[in-house]
Amino acid sequence: MTIFRHELRQGRAALILWTAAIGSLLAVCVLLFPQIRGQTEEVGRLFASMGGFTAAFGMDRLDIGTLPGFYAVECGSVLGLGGALFASLLGVSSLAKEERDRTAEFLLTHPVSRRRVVWQKLAALLAQIAAMDAALLALALASLALIGEPIPWREILLLHGAYFLLQVELGCVCFGVSAFLRRGGAGMGMGLAAGAYFLDLIANMTERASFLKYATPFAYCDGADILTAGKLDGGLVALGMLAVCIGVAAAAWRYSGKDIR
Amino acid sequence: MNAIEIRSLTKYYGAVRGIEGIDLAVEQGDFFGFIGPNGAGKSTTIRTLLGLIRPSAGTARVLGLDIRADREELLSRVGYLPAETAFYPGMLVRDVLKLSAALRRRDCRRAAEELCRRLQLDPARRAEELSLGNRKKAAIVCALQHEPELLILDEPTAGLDPLMQREFFAILRERNQAGTTVFLSSHILSEVQRHCAHAAMTRQGAIIAGGTVESLVRAGARRVSFRGHACLDGLDGVQDLRRWADGAAFLYSGETQPLLAALASGQVRDLTVAEPDLEDVFLHCYEEGGGEP
Repeated sequence: MTIFRHELRQGRAALILWTAAIGSLLAVCVLLFPQIRGQTEEVGRLFASMGGFTAAFGMDRLDIGTLPGFYAVECGSVLGLGGALFASLLGVSSLAKEERDRTAEFLLTHPVSRRRVVWQKLAALLAQIAAMDAALLALALASLALIGEPIPWREILLLHGAYFLLQVELGCVCFGVSAFLRRGGAGMGMGLAAGAYFLDLIANMTERASFLKYATPFAYCDGADILTAGKLDGGLVALGMLAVCIGVAAAAWRYSGKDIR
Repeated sequence: MNAIEIRSLTKYYGAVRGIEGIDLAVEQGDFFGFIGPNGAGKSTTIRTLLGLIRPSAGTARVLGLDIRADREELLSRVGYLPAETAFYPGMLVRDVLKLSAALRRRDCRRAAEELCRRLQLDPARRAEELSLGNRKKAAIVCALQHEPELLILDEPTAGLDPLMQREFFAILRERNQAGTTVFLSSHILSEVQRHCAHAAMTRQGAIIAGGTVESLVRAGARRVSFRGHACLDGLDGVQDLRRWADGAAFLYSGETQPLLAALASGQVRDLTVAEPDLEDVFLHCYEEGGGEP
């Protein structure tokens, strides 16, 4: 597992920075909840009067005066977008950075198969996503404990679970893309994450665009749907995991036969 | 058994030719020079042997192993020094050496220590802060520390000062005497002439000459220089002609009689006909083939 350990060491600083950035935003959001709850009516009226924007963020179906509703809307945005960007950037640079930084020649002239490189880098990608999500969950729970609110375990775990799956999906799709690139592709990774986010917003805004939910992993992270149903949408999650398989298969296929220049 | 055996190896990048129909054999224990200018296909040949790129056609075996089917085993027995060295950011030299050894699943600490001492490389320095020469030294240690059976070196002395070059070649000679095959790709002809027993020259992706360095030098044109005046117009086989006020020098690959006749018709006071060095042969081969040296 030399490559796996090496990847974790190389990605340690970025992991800490992203976790700290998302975690601090998440904690601030949670710590703001007692104040928001005191102004529920005003805030509720404000949010309800924003038309399509209200629907885009699911605020027409969620009561942000309750902790689960507030957490799904406010913290969900931070977790969703922040985590998606992190996972996408990590995935899209995973294989391509070796050629971008000209280290591929060093790595691949050692007795390691391309397949081993792919699997160990993939394992490192998933481990980093899991580590960040575990830290963010711990931070969220600590923040909730700090404001003295009873923790809505099921809702919190469902939301965090959904965002973990979203990060895995985006990370793996970008990992597949990474095998086709010769440079870093950071712009492409960020574009994919932001694009998926906006597709979900559009899908929520109008019924005519609801088919877009099949094209974005943010669809199964929709807080309103999760809190209403008390579970994730199995069909959308399965579709997402199919995208994971395609991303990983594409990476393994392409990287195995790729010319390293 | 040959350490390297290449048959009709061809690589095209789309429509662009990398190498075409390369045939080459390097005996085990040889110190072999692979000569050619930039863009001649030296690095493409090496990168194909190491599995970094896939050949479009042809086959190659290294240490008796197929370059595609047995890539991992082959790489475990080969040491490679790239022309341009890049390491991962944030690592100390010792971490780079440790990573290289770990990827080979070997404990190379003693050999690495000895090589660092001889090459005066501080393993506690950050790899990304090293000068070109020190980066090259770190790459040399990576290539040698696992004591490979075959060393493939691509422009190995770029960035090394003359003292370090001497030490580096001393290490290579020791390894070669102990049985290691050395495959040295270079466009510095003097180092190939000084250290290699056999050599091959490449031009535009193909081998244009090969054999012992001695025979290559002998088979080439002669370096002719004279003092005085002679008309060389119409004389076939004259290359690299340099004239000065009282004489001229050129590389000659034509018949002897026309040369003597041309010189006799002029006023030549002093004449030298010498064996060319490898650089002359190289020039001769290139100009003969119409390529640019």
